[in-house]
Amino acid sequence: MPHIPLPDHLPGITGLLEYRLDTAEPIRNLTQLLLRGESTLSEGERELIAALVSSRNCTNFCNAAHTKAADLLLGEPETALAVKADIETAPVSEKMKALLQIAALTQQSGRAVSTEAIARAKAAGASDREIHDTVLIAALFCLYNKYVDGLATVTPTDPAYYQLLGERITGRGYVRPPGGYPTPVK
Amino acid sequence: MPHIQLNNDAPGIRSLVLYRPDTGQPLYELAQALLRAGSPGSTLVDAERELIAAYVSSRNCTDFCQNSHAAAARFLYGDNQSIVDQVLTDVDTASLSPKMKALLSIAEHVQTDARTVSTELVETARQYGATDGDVHDTVLIAASFCMYNRYVDGLATLTPADPAAYMAMGERMGTLGYVIPQSGRTNQA
Repeated sequence: MPHIPLPDHLPGITGLLEYRLDTAEPIRNLTQLLLRGESTLSEGERELIAALVSSRNCTNFCNAAHTKAADLLLGEPETALAVKADIETAPVSEKMKALLQIAALTQQSGRAVSTEAIARAKAAGASDREIHDTVLIAALFCLYNKYVDGLATVTPTDPAYYQLLGERITGRGYVRPPGGYPTPVK
Repeated sequence: MPHIQLNNDAPGIRSLVLYRPDTGQPLYELAQALLRAGSPGSTLVDAERELIAAYVSSRNCTDFCQNSHAAAARFLYGDNQSIVDQVLTDVDTASLSPKMKALLSIAEHVQTDARTVSTELVETARQYGATDGDVHDTVLIAASFCMYNRYVDGLATLTPADPAAYMAMGERMGTLGYVIPQSGRTNQA
């Protein structure tokens, strides 16, 4: 049960983003820019970073949601699964492996991101902007994961929920719909 | 030296928002909402919000964020500014209300592993007068500073060593709040 009263029909992050709108708006805008804005990383690659960090933080809600988003964007469910199990053997480019390792280090601590990890990404062709965005996406998902877990929000167990959520965040994206999410009429 | 070419010589978060202003805008808006406003029903004052930010940054060993938010908290606490250094040294012995100690304990658990924020911790905070809004805002401030700290450290941004630099930052943060920087001058933060 959540530590504060949240609407029953809005599990995980969804209820928190309706609890306090003035903080939710910049969080949503930042996410939309980073995950859906202009970038040389594909939307699928950026969702892989979100899924990896959420998996390392053991935040089941965010892990399931962003894994589903990555699966929908990449058109197959194997890559996200493989990245979360072992970055080095996953079917992604050397550049993505290096960026995912930077994300994994950022998840542990910003201070853990080493000169070697950065040099590997640069040698594999990663741009400064890609490195910047990788660190900020990983940091942002530490915020989300800690927000969702710290208030003990509800994590649905039905895969159908994440299918719908995955379609929403790959379709409409991370912006709030006009009027929000009213309580469904019984 | 920063891990990437930031094309400015500003310190900490300022160098990053000058590098990418479009993501900097919501990052500064979030800081302003978290630290200068509150959930309906929250009893936390700005000084207490800055104290949570400084405390989490100190636990993440992010010197830039710790020093700047500690300076802002000292400025806002005014005559009671010694509270800030007491908290950064040892929360248990700090002359702080039991409610704030309970909320800082929640913040500490968010920083370490948010799954460990227990019903007991939250109940203790409530017994000392914390509201739902206080619990929410404490968790979100702590989670947000786990983001800011990682962003600042993960790209190895510049951290001024001179305490006077932070005093000026703290006064500006305490009076003007969080206004996105427009230039890379090193004497600003």
